[in-house]
Amino acid sequence: MIDSEDRVIKKPQLPSSPNIKLHETSLSRVMILLVFVSLLLITGFTLTHLDTANVQLNAAVKELTSTLHQMFLQPSTGSDGLGELLQGLGMSLLISIMTTIIGAVFGFFFAVLASKNLTNVYLGTIIRVVMAVVRAIPTIIWALIFSIVCGLGSTAAILGLSFHSVAYLTKAYSESIEGIDKSTIESLEVTGSKFWVIVFQAIWPTIMASFVSWTFIRLEINFANAIAVGAAAGAGGIGYQLFVASGMSFDFHEVGFIVYLIILVTFLLEFIAVKIRHFYLDR
Amino acid sequence: MQSSAKYLTRKGWYQTAIIAIIGGTYILGSWVLNFDNLSGLMAVPRAFGWLGINFQPTAKSVEYLPKIWQKLMQTVLLAISSTVVAAIISIFVALIGSKVTGINGFVQLIVRGIASFFRNIPLVAWSMILLFSFKQSDFTGFLALLLMSIGFLIRAFMEIIEDEASETMLALKATGASYFQVIFQAVLPQILPSVLSWILYMIENNVRDATLVGILTGTGIGFIFDLYYKSFRFDAAGMTVLSIIIVVIGLELISNQIRKVIL
Amino acid sequence: MLEVKNLDKSYQKDHPALTNISFSVKPGTFVAIIGPSGAGKTTILRSLNQLIKDDNGEILLDGSNIRSANKAQLRKYRRQIGMVFQNYNLVERLTVIENVLHGRLGYKSTLAGVFGRYTQAEKEEAMSLLKKVGLEDFALQRCSELSGGQKQRVGIARSLIQHPKVILCDEPIASLDPASAQTVMQLLKDLTEEYNLICVANLHQINMAKKYADQIIGIRKGQLVFDEAADLLSEDILRTLYDQDITKELE
Repeated sequence: MIDSEDRVIKKPQLPSSPNIKLHETSLSRVMILLVFVSLLLITGFTLTHLDTANVQLNAAVKELTSTLHQMFLQPSTGSDGLGELLQGLGMSLLISIMTTIIGAVFGFFFAVLASKNLTNVYLGTIIRVVMAVVRAIPTIIWALIFSIVCGLGSTAAILGLSFHSVAYLTKAYSESIEGIDKSTIESLEVTGSKFWVIVFQAIWPTIMASFVSWTFIRLEINFANAIAVGAAAGAGGIGYQLFVASGMSFDFHEVGFIVYLIILVTFLLEFIAVKIRHFYLDR
Repeated sequence: MQSSAKYLTRKGWYQTAIIAIIGGTYILGSWVLNFDNLSGLMAVPRAFGWLGINFQPTAKSVEYLPKIWQKLMQTVLLAISSTVVAAIISIFVALIGSKVTGINGFVQLIVRGIASFFRNIPLVAWSMILLFSFKQSDFTGFLALLLMSIGFLIRAFMEIIEDEASETMLALKATGASYFQVIFQAVLPQILPSVLSWILYMIENNVRDATLVGILTGTGIGFIFDLYYKSFRFDAAGMTVLSIIIVVIGLELISNQIRKVIL
Repeated sequence: MLEVKNLDKSYQKDHPALTNISFSVKPGTFVAIIGPSGAGKTTILRSLNQLIKDDNGEILLDGSNIRSANKAQLRKYRRQIGMVFQNYNLVERLTVIENVLHGRLGYKSTLAGVFGRYTQAEKEEAMSLLKKVGLEDFALQRCSELSGGQKQRVGIARSLIQHPKVILCDEPIASLDPASAQTVMQLLKDLTEEYNLICVANLHQINMAKKYADQIIGIRKGQLVFDEAADLLSEDILRTLYDQDITKELE
């Protein structure tokens, strides 16, 4: 008896069959299980074989705590001074905005050419493969490569970041374009419109909202990358100041101040992105 | 009729204004940063020409391969383990912090704040701070990736829970099921594929980010690339980049296949 | 017997969503709640199983007050009240039978529920209920592969396996095509009679309400304006319910 209540609904009349299965072994279930188990095994293996350079965990954590304390509770502008830090911050921000603009313009152009529902298969495939290769190379390596050709500085940073930006946005935009209902394109095709007319009159307005949202996501990524490139490739901006303060002069008060500045800007970017996204989605 | 004509004119002006603002920002940026667009554009073919000549693998560079692959595999393992540990932590935090399954408004606010904080502290800062206390080791790289991933995954998981599980959650609540029953019978089965998809994405991303962390903390593939690059052994550096490309694209292909099956 | 006495609810101050709602329903009755959008139909329905906490009033199920129940008691009441949703609210990735068995969770220990351990008897009942709603061949299919009408029938089976005294239906046919809507309504009506249930459904379609319901409750701006047998619903009453509201807004 499964029911303890006074009011019992009719018992099943079905002849009791031996085991009622709740689900079949489907490929999807097996795959999920398989992936999770292998990921956990790999993690277990890695963590037990991790090279820790014989760090005393206690001491290290204590040191980390004191570093974090210096950073977040006693931030100061350090040797660079507020003016120079703000200048660096502005530089990083400008680099990220410019590379996002470059990425958006070229990305949209390539995305249109790469989308399966717009152009021929060969051109699309070629663009897709090239972009996948460009994306596979980390931004920092792009920046390092360009720093040899153009010399250290913002030009190398801009070119390096742009490459990844274009490749990323091409993929994102073309996925949005491929999501467009075929009838939208057909309705203009039957009027005999030219290819680029269709692109700007039918496709552009349809993907506007997702275009804006992907572009802002990329802006946030580019800002983070601009800092990274500044630090690891010496390309200037607040990233370089962060690198010097944390890796050369060990002034963690300044590191804290820089981190606060960066967080402030990312919050601001996120806030603007949300506002603009709402603006486009509500229309 | 007239008002619609007016609307179109206004829309035209509006678009022109936006394009002008964007274009203006770009030109201003070029000027402030001293970025010469023309020579920048010229630098691109020059860079590829340079790559073609210097990064060409030679007979000698094949000797570097075992060392490169060893470091690369180490980096991939690091990326996977940091993502998995981050995912385990994040799923718990996301469950207590999401609007649907969360404990209360105060906890939700705290969780959101923490996630945002972890996400927005630059990877460079994490790497450098951790390097200072944990020295040059894989563990430092692991921690830097872990902390960064936690910030991203908490937000992603919370959004997944709120998007995908709120309706089924309500239905099971109406049957009189308890909190943990609802979590395990409705929320987790529903979000599992999306969660897995995000984990795979995060692994790909962490392999790339590990290069940056490696350059800064002197570990993994980033360290070895930096080493070859700065000592002008460009053929070996080219080999390293080629290996990274193969591994990242390989991971992407595997992930896409897995996604196709589970989604 | 389900009795609602003087129910009040407001989401914002001075904007009452429900004022002084009272009605009662006998077992074996199919009740339709009708009224314009935003009148408070969903609020009433979700107050009945306390998914929405109301401000004032009493909800009595066979004489015991649901409103004053504590958490554990509320779960016991909830398992006697099935609920069917407009968007079905199934766990799409699980199979049909697993979704039906979710209706048993309220009766299980937390641990058994967490791991999804069901008894043979429960599984057999799930199968017989699936047969009843005409889905026995679909038991092992994923819910995401079903049509809307089929999903809604899974939802109904899920609520039946709770052995409910009451079934609440929140716009059960709003997302269905006419043919599936007829099937679902007929099924609900038959089940109400067969199991002597109280079935309360929010409906937008007046003709459906008249055709299938025994009792009709009309709600307008959070107030009860009609509570009679279905055949007493007249043109005049419908005008008070819908039309006047519309003309008023036009002014």
